[in-house]
Amino acid sequence: MSDTLRFAYYPGCSGQGTSIEYDQSTRAICKALGIELVDIPDWSCCGSTPAHTVDHVLSGALSARNILQAESLQDVRGIITPCPSCLTNLKTASHRMRDAAFKAKVDSLLDKPCRNDLPIMSVLQVIYQELGPEAVKAKVTNPLTGLKVAPYYGCIMNRPPEIMDFDDCENPIAMDRLMEAVGAEVMPFPLKVECCGASYGIAKNEVVTKLSGKLLDIAVDCGAKSMVTACPLCQMNLDMRQDQINRANGSKHSIPIFYYTQLIGLALGMNGSSLMLDKLFVNPSTVIREMKASQAAAAS
Amino acid sequence: MDTIQMSHSVDAEFIRQVEQESGQNVSLCYQCGNCTAGCPYTEFYDIPVSQIMRGLQAGQRDKLMSCRSIWLCATCESCTTRCPNNIDVARIMDILRHMARKAGKTPEKEVKTFCDAFLDSVRHHGRVFEMGLMTKYMTRTGRFLTDMDLSVKVLPKRKLAMTPHNIVGKKSIAKIFERYNREGGE
Ligand code: SF4
Ligand code: SF4
Repeated sequence: MSDTLRFAYYPGCSGQGTSIEYDQSTRAICKALGIELVDIPDWSCCGSTPAHTVDHVLSGALSARNILQAESLQDVRGIITPCPSCLTNLKTASHRMRDAAFKAKVDSLLDKPCRNDLPIMSVLQVIYQELGPEAVKAKVTNPLTGLKVAPYYGCIMNRPPEIMDFDDCENPIAMDRLMEAVGAEVMPFPLKVECCGASYGIAKNEVVTKLSGKLLDIAVDCGAKSMVTACPLCQMNLDMRQDQINRANGSKHSIPIFYYTQLIGLALGMNGSSLMLDKLFVNPSTVIREMKASQAAAAS
Repeated sequence: MDTIQMSHSVDAEFIRQVEQESGQNVSLCYQCGNCTAGCPYTEFYDIPVSQIMRGLQAGQRDKLMSCRSIWLCATCESCTTRCPNNIDVARIMDILRHMARKAGKTPEKEVKTFCDAFLDSVRHHGRVFEMGLMTKYMTRTGRFLTDMDLSVKVLPKRKLAMTPHNIVGKKSIAKIFERYNREGGE
């Protein structure tokens, strides 16, 4: 294994569409922080939730094909992905393949068997554990002073703990610490790992408007002016569906939902357009203006 | 909500099958209710998750195979994380859904249609084609108005590709599905 932070990168399908700003900002900050991302050659979809609700072997094989593709890369320390849903599928498949009978079934669906020996982590885990908040802080040129943010991890980034093996399963802190490191004001948010309604936005919209609505209500009650996420689905439910949520619940929320990578990028001095802040549905310009005012006040 | 009739015949084969496929011992559940207490979907369920565990112990195949809860479970892993007996409850929910699918029971048709449309997209392109997925979902469910309010917001953001991302190895994905179907999948 090499000493450099070189990883096989699995972008995930949404990174090419609805969460393109997450992929873009992830690549930008990894580069700035010295993490080398090598795209997994010809990666394919992990099957997401639909695959595991149909069959665990099928789901395992769709993930294992990507593990196999990553194994063709030289000198990588492991596989990393920004998306918790992809992460869960990859890690669960890898975990279950430690069982020889399950692995045999998965291998029988693949062109050739995979070694299954690469560690799999989220980009968040690598930034938090391999670099640490202090190293990130050392590179901050534009501290996010005055940005009141509620960190929301979503349900599967840290659970179940036996498989995800990162941070705390009830009260994760990695994003909290990173946000503090970049100068933001982190609000105590008790619903960090509650479900946002997952992929039911389409088939069962009322599930999302209720569950995500509750997240927004509580975040605002906690004093947050924005939320920060690490999951494309959570972000989409809270941001793109915020109007639907308001309509369903009679609320009037208008709080921007950032990816943590966008906020780290801002703190590292990158501009809003390279971080694709314009792709967010709820316009963040007001909170960013307020933040600049706090920065100016702090400087004077 | 109905109570579980313990006098009904216990389908021991059903219990064995779920235990084998999930790798879990269902008799370990002592009905503490922790899983239900943390389940964000309880308000949408017809049977709360701890009662599904109870029904399982009682071998209530028909009742569980036709319930809506197993289709609505989002695999949020709250139950699995909090079960004091280390039962992977979310995995059991998945297994029950697999079995219901094979038995042709789909009380939540839209949820199933969405999953099927998603996997079709993967099978054909190797990656999910979000626009194509939505079109297929709308055609199959007849719900053309689904998220119409969103399309006026989404399209100007130019986030969605209008054509699928076909991967080079899409044949190897199609083969995964073919082999799976040959081995008795769907
Ligand atoms: S948390 Fe575990 S033991 Fe308690 S009711 Fe649920 S499955 Fe049974
Ligand atoms: S995994 Fe399913 S059953 Fe378990 S708590 Fe989450 S939604 Fe409820």
